[in-house]
Parts: sequence; C-alpha cells; structure tokens
Amino acid sequence: MGTLNILIAVCLGYVALLFLVAFMAERAALRGRAKWLRSPFVYTLSLSIYCTAWTFYGAVGFAARSGLEFLTIYIGPTLVMIGWWWGLRKLVRIGRTQRITSIADLISSRYGKSPLLAVFVTLIAVIGTTPYIALQLQSVTLSFASFSANAAETGQLGDHDATALWIAAGLALFTVLFGTRNLDANERHHGVVMAIALEAVVKLFALVAVGIFVVWGIGGGLSATLDRIDASAIGTWQVPDGRWAALTLLSAAAFLTLPRMFQVLVVENEDENHLRTASWAFPAYLMLMSLFVVPIAVVGLDLMPEGANPDQFVLTLPLSQGQEGLAMLSFLGGFSSATSMVIVAAIALSTMVSNHIVMPIWLRLAEGGAMISGDVRHVVLLARRLSIAGVLALGYLYYRFSGGGEALAAIGLISFAGVAQFLPALMGGIFWRGANRVGALAGLAVGFVIWAFTLFLPSFGPGVFLPETVFEAGLFGNSWLRPEALFGITGLDPLVHSVMWSMTLNTAVFILFSLLTFPQPLERLQGAQFVNVFQHTGNPQGWSGGVAQAEDLMVMAQRILGPAEAQSLFQRAATAQGLAGYLPDPTPEFLQMLEREMSGSVGAATAHAMVSQIMGRATVSVEDLLAVADETAQMMEHQSQLEAKSAELTRTARQLRAANDKLTQLSVQKDAFLSQISHELRTPMTSIRSFSEILRDAEELGQEQLTKYANIIHQEAIRLTRLLDDLLDLSVLENGQVNLNIQRGSLTALLDHATASTGVSGAGLRIHRRGLDLDVEMETDLDRLSQVFINLIANAKKYCDAPRPELTIRVAQRDNYLVVDFTDNGSGVPRDKQDLIFEKFARVSDQKAGGAGLGLAICREIMSRLGGAITYLPGQGGASFRVTLPMRMRQAAE
Amino acid sequence: MSRKQSPLFLERRSYRLRRLMDGARLMPFLGAALWAIPLLWTREGGAPVSTSRAMLYIFSVWFVLACLAAVLSIWLDGKAESERSNPQEGPR
Repeated sequence: MGTLNILIAVCLGYVALLFLVAFMAERAALRGRAKWLRSPFVYTLSLSIYCTAWTFYGAVGFAARSGLEFLTIYIGPTLVMIGWWWGLRKLVRIGRTQRITSIADLISSRYGKSPLLAVFVTLIAVIGTTPYIALQLQSVTLSFASFSANAAETGQLGDHDATALWIAAGLALFTVLFGTRNLDANERHHGVVMAIALEAVVKLFALVAVGIFVVWGIGGGLSATLDRIDASAIGTWQVPDGRWAALTLLSAAAFLTLPRMFQVLVVENEDENHLRTASWAFPAYLMLMSLFVVPIAVVGLDLMPEGANPDQFVLTLPLSQGQEGLAMLSFLGGFSSATSMVIVAAIALSTMVSNHIVMPIWLRLAEGGAMISGDVRHVVLLARRLSIAGVLALGYLYYRFSGGGEALAAIGLISFAGVAQFLPALMGGIFWRGANRVGALAGLAVGFVIWAFTLFLPSFGPGVFLPETVFEAGLFGNSWLRPEALFGITGLDPLVHSVMWSMTLNTAVFILFSLLTFPQPLERLQGAQFVNVFQHTGNPQGWSGGVAQAEDLMVMAQRILGPAEAQSLFQRAATAQGLAGYLPDPTPEFLQMLEREMSGSVGAATAHAMVSQIMGRATVSVEDLLAVADETAQMMEHQSQLEAKSAELTRTARQLRAANDKLTQLSVQKDAFLSQISHELRTPMTSIRSFSEILRDAEELGQEQLTKYANIIHQEAIRLTRLLDDLLDLSVLENGQVNLNIQRGSLTALLDHATASTGVSGAGLRIHRRGLDLDVEMETDLDRLSQVFINLIANAKKYCDAPRPELTIRVAQRDNYLVVDFTDNGSGVPRDKQDLIFEKFARVSDQKAGGAGLGLAICREIMSRLGGAITYLPGQGGASFRVTLPMRMRQAAE
Repeated sequence: MSRKQSPLFLERRSYRLRRLMDGARLMPFLGAALWAIPLLWTREGGAPVSTSRAMLYIFSVWFVLACLAAVLSIWLDGKAESERSNPQEGPR
C-alpha cells in the first residue's frame, strides 16, 4: 500500500509541477518577456506529443510481438520532418497567413470555407481520436495496475474504471484551465506548450534511463545485449514488405493529419524558422526514443514470466529487478506521454468542435447573436470547455466499453488510418489548384466509409457492430464486400488491406470528382492563395499588426487608385483620425470608405475581397485579380500620362503661339508709339503754330477772323491738354497710384448721366436699354465708372458705321458679377485687331482719327482697379464691349 | 506581383543557396530510398538478416539523415529568407 501511496503522491506532485510550469509560462508570455518560450527547441519538444503512451509502453510491446516493424511509426514522421522544405514549410506558412486554427479549418478554408466540409472533418477527427484517448487512459490505468500488482501488500486501487475516470477528470481540469484561458486570435497556448516540452524531456529521459539500465545493468553491455537480441524470438528481420511500406506511409500521413500534431506543428508555431531546427532535432528525438525499445523488449521477453504483458515491460522490468526509483521514473515518463497527448488532442478537438459545430448552431439559434461581440467570446470559451469535457468523456466511455483488452498498437494504428483519410484533401489542397470542394467531400466520404467498414467497426470484434455473417459472407451477402477482403482480394494483412483500399479509393475519388466538377469562385481564389502561398507572401514576422495592415492597404490602394490619389485618401483619413502621416488606423469606417473608393475601380465584390483579405478576415484571395489589376492600372496610368503630356504640349504650343503673336504686335505697336505720340502732339502743335503765326504776321484781319483763329488755337490747346491729361491719367492708373472715391449711386442714373454727357441723344445714335427690371444701387467709384461708360458710348457714336446706328446696353447679373454689355450694330472690330484695341494708341482704322487711341486703354485700367474687367465680346453683330463688375461693390436697392 | 522574372544567371552565393534548397527538397527521397532497402532483405531466401544488423543499418541511416538535416538547416539559416525577399520570388 505504501508504494501505491507514494505513487499517487508522486503523480499529484508531478501534476502540480506541470501546473506551475504552465502558469509561469503563461505569465511570462503575458508580460512578453519570455524569449526562451520562443526557442526552436521548445517547438521541437512540443512536437514530441507524437510519442504518446503508445510509444512509451506500446512500442516495446509492438517490438516484442513483431520485431523491428514498430520503427515504421517513427520513420514516417522522420521522413516528413526532413522533407520540411516540401510540405511542412508550406503548411506552416499557410497556417500563419490564413490564421488557421485547426486541420478542419484549413481544409474548409481551402475549399471555399465550406461549413459542411469543416463539420465532416471534425466528426472524422473526433471518431478517429477517441480510441486514441481511450488508449492513453488505458495505458495509465494499466501502469497503475502494474504497480499495484507488484506491490505485494495487495494494494487495491479500487477498480480500473475508477482510476481511468479520475485521470480523465484531472486531465479535463488541466486542459480547461490552460487550454481555454484566453480566446486568443492566434490560438496559441504558451503554458500548455511549455508543460508539454517539459513532459517531452521527462519521457525521453525516463525511456533512455530504463534503456541504459537494461543494456548495461541487466544485459551486460552492448555486444552481449546485441547477441541476446539475435538469439531471441525476434532475432531476424521478419517484417512483411507490405506492412513496412504501408505503415511508414501511414505514420507519415498521420503525422501531418492528426489533429493534435496539426495543433503543435502549425497552430502553435511561433516562427517559421523553428521548423529548420525541428527538421533535424525531431528526427534525432525519435531516434533516441526508439533506440532502446528492442533491447527492453528482448530482455523483457527473456526475464519476465510467460504471459506477462509486453506493453508494460518498460515498467515491470525495473520493478522485477527491485529498481523502485527507476520504475517510478518510468511511470512518470508514461504518465507524461499520456497526459501531454490527451491535453493537446483535447484542445485541438475542442477548437474544432466549438468552432465548426457548436458555434454555428448557437449562432443559428440565437438570432442576431453574432452582433453582440462580448457575448460571443464567452459562449466560445464555454463551448470549448464543454467540448474538452465531452472529448474526454467520449474517450473514457470508449475505454469502458471496449474493455481495454486489446494491444495498444492495434488501437493506435486504427486511429492513424482514420485521420490519414485527410491526407489527399490536405495535400491536394496545398499543391493542386484544381482540387475542389466536391472532390474533397467525396474523397473523404469514401475513405471514411471504407476505413470504418474494414478497420474501425471490425476492431470491436465480430458481433458487436458488424454481425459475424458480414465477416464471412460480406455485406448483404455480397462476397466482394467482406470487411477484410474487399473485391475478393484475400490474404492481405487487415491493416494493409484497409489502408490500401481506403487511401487509394479516397485519392482516386478525390481526383476524379475534382476533375469532373467545377469549383465556385471562392474556392478557386482560395486555391490560388494556398497553392501559391510563397509567391504571395513574404516571411511573416509574426501576425501583422495594425500599422502593417494599413501599409498593406496603402500598397494595394496605390495599385488600384494610383499613388497620388491613394496617398491623399489615406492622409485625409489619418488626419480625420487625428494622426499625422499617411497611415490611419484600419477602423471599420476607414475600411468601408476605402472599399467604396476602390469599388469604383475594380468593382464592389473585388474591393471587399481585397480589403478583407488584407485585414485577415479572408473570405477570398484575390492576389491573381490583384496582379491583373496591377498590370491594367499600370497601363492605364501610362496611357493617361502620355495623353496628359501630349495635351500639355499642345496647350503650351498654343500659348507660345499666342504670346508670340502678341509680342510681334506689341513690337509693331511700340514702334508705332513714338511716331504716334509725336504725330498726336504735332498735329495740334502745327495748328497752333500756323494760326499763331498768322495772327502775328497778317495785318489785315477782321475781328471775326481773329476770333476764329484764336478759337482754333484755343481748341487745339484744349485738345493737347486733354491728350496730355489722358496720358497722365493712364500712367497714374497703370502705376496703381490712383485713389478710388467709393460712392453710392444708381446704375440707371449713371447710365443716364453717361448718355447725356456724350450728347448722343440728338446725334442720330439710338440707345436701347435691356435687362434693367430693377434698378441696382452701385457702391463703387462712380466717376471712374461713368468715365468708362462715356468712353464706350462715345466710341459707338464715333465708330458705328451703320446707316442707322443703334447702341444696345444690356445689364445682367451673373453669379457675383454685374455684367453690362454695350453692343452697336456697326461692322465691329476686325478679328485681327480685337487683341489690340485695349492697347495704348491703338485705333481700329487710321481714317477716322477721332481720338488719340487712349480711351479703351484707360477703361481697361479703370476696370481692373475697380476689381472688374472690360472685354471685347465677339460675334454680337457689331462692336460689343462687356463690362464686368464685382457684386461686392454694390448692393441691391430694395 | 510579377510572376517570376528570375534572372538567367545568379551570383555565386545565390546559386549555392538554390542548390542547398534543392538538397533540402531531396532529403525525404534519400531517406525513403535508404529505408526501402530492408524491403530487399526478405527476398534473399537464404540466410535471414539478423535484428542487430538491421538495427545497426536503420539507426545509422537515421543518424546520418539527422546530421545532414542539421547541416542543411544551418546552411540555409536566414539566408534563404533574405533570398526569398529578393524580387525573384516576388515582393509582397
């Protein structure tokens, strides 16, 4: 009884240690200062959950029964590990970029996020793993039994079932505590991984210790042990070829597809580079684990009594030699193997069950429940916890009802063959773009049915699930449907038979249906994303945070919208969020806005897919579309650049031509200026001189003539003064030295005054006014404005060459401007002069030398001082000038 | 997202790296071939192979493979990643 008590105490102590380690690791991870947590060796050690109690106890039993055949179970994973560059690297990369949470998630994501596929995979995984969990419970229970049997004090441990129940409950508690502590997006469990790494060390140490004791302590050294091996019942190589190859293949497949292996390999992976270390370290670990198996088996067969369970040799051999301490260590090793496997398997399965079965149902039942995010997290955690309990309960029930009698290895292999059915869908999914959902479903279904019929159901023995008659005569009396001899092929090992048929038909159906059916767009896009994962992603340095996502969005948006527009869009959004720079936080509002912006370029669906892909809520992968869009965008950009350049060149050329024309004209005008001004000054001067000479020299002049000549001189002097006044006025206006005298006045009154000043009323020019419904009160420099009006009316009077000259004054309001048009019915200004009429000394025709040609130049200067403009309005049926005046200088008279 | 515009010739270091990747890819085939040899043993008909010799062979293969993988993993250390971030495999 004492031994047993010690055993229980050690067990509880060990579990307490695991709790402590897991707890510390969780805390360290929480504080983010756990570098050693992210060591590649922790990763490698966590992979060792492949070595369960089946390895620890079962391998020896396996070896004792069938020699070296047990090695296939470890050779398969070794091949997978050293071939990491092919498959695992890709799986891990996909897992990280797609945020995969389980193997069911991976397969369903690949095939267009199919919920049906996810449920299916989850169910197969649960069915395939339950026997395996039962196996662990059984092995721990057996090891307790071995101790109690050895303890001569007839230590009663109650019954086995109670032991198994306690173990199951304890494991469930531990898993719930550390496996569902938090609902992390990454689905990582630092505490659990650390505890598993510790257990990996314990079980390796224990097995090697027993091995060393057996070889050097009992066997009498290396060569003596080798001799003993050759002399034993398993002394020669007697592994059937078929089983050697099939089991290697099976274990390699299971290594990739077992839910718990997928969990540690892909989901818990911290860094892709850890694979590199694991690629050699894990094979080395497996090699060490299997190194001493044969010696222990052979020595056990030699020393232990006939009928002793070879599955317990690791434990019973040291016990029989009185090595209580070593036996205790060995017991702990076995306990470690069993617990670590059960914990991880329970976590993996519970994730799958809750994500793919419980949550969808719950969301369906609770209408609109998905809207309340806080609620869902609690429900998910609860679902996980219940799933863990459920998985362990299933394992316990399987253990209860299967009786726990079979050899461990047999149960393990059945489980392997079950989960290996995922392999075609998994490998096809990551290497073959043509693989589709229908193919995957059909392949899985066929594989699962064959596995269940040929291996799983028969494993309960004839008469439990399958009646005896089925074994002998086949299903429904069809002899080609016998569970262990499908299609009439007899004589095969049942396992090889089942693996061969299920895997072959699974693959064949998968390929056939994939070829024949057509995938949905989502599947095709996901397929491209998975298969070409290395072309589409760099090495992800951890899960991308907010800034990285914003940057990715920016890169994408630039490709779709063009750099300038995308940058301004992002900058605006960042400013709106109160951030400096170009990268806003990817808030839902911003994403929605971006999506809308982009949908203008690529369509709404694609834009949605693009944004959600970058934001990790991947529904579709559109890298291919992106590539197309990129090229199109580049070409479009190039073309529009060319067009813009060409247009700009044309514009510049036109401007140059215009400038050149004007320069030429100005140059001509400048030449004319001097002669013009001298001419203008000389004409009156000549008159004044001539008439003053007459007055001086002529002696007989009548009073009348005297008055006439003096008048001429006076008039010419006035003309000269006016000319000089005009010149002075113009120069003052041009230099901007003018002081405006802002007054209020009515536009109508102003026009009346202008009309009267020019004295046109009786002189044949008829003036019409249009568009003046309402009088407008001006606030501007009325004198200057009236100067402009007078000039324009006088011009019309002077130059209008129509037989019945008419002038139309049209007043209108446009936006913020008052527009007054002066249009006569003459022949107008010729096209080639229109540009020049506002220049100084410009006159339309030399014949009618009515003025000095300064009037319009002065008008232009005045209008620009008043904030308006005067322009020539071509095509009005005569000479037409438009005076534009800003509204802000006037108020409506109401 | 240009699909593979690999240059025709690579500089010496990149070339070496490429061949190391090839080596890494060939590893599982080497392992499978070596561990397939036991399939021939049972055909000999005459003297069967003893378990100790079989163990020696299988574990030697195991050891050699682990060592090779270790060497490859050290050589591929980091370089492969920087190589892949080159434009040759396409930037993000």
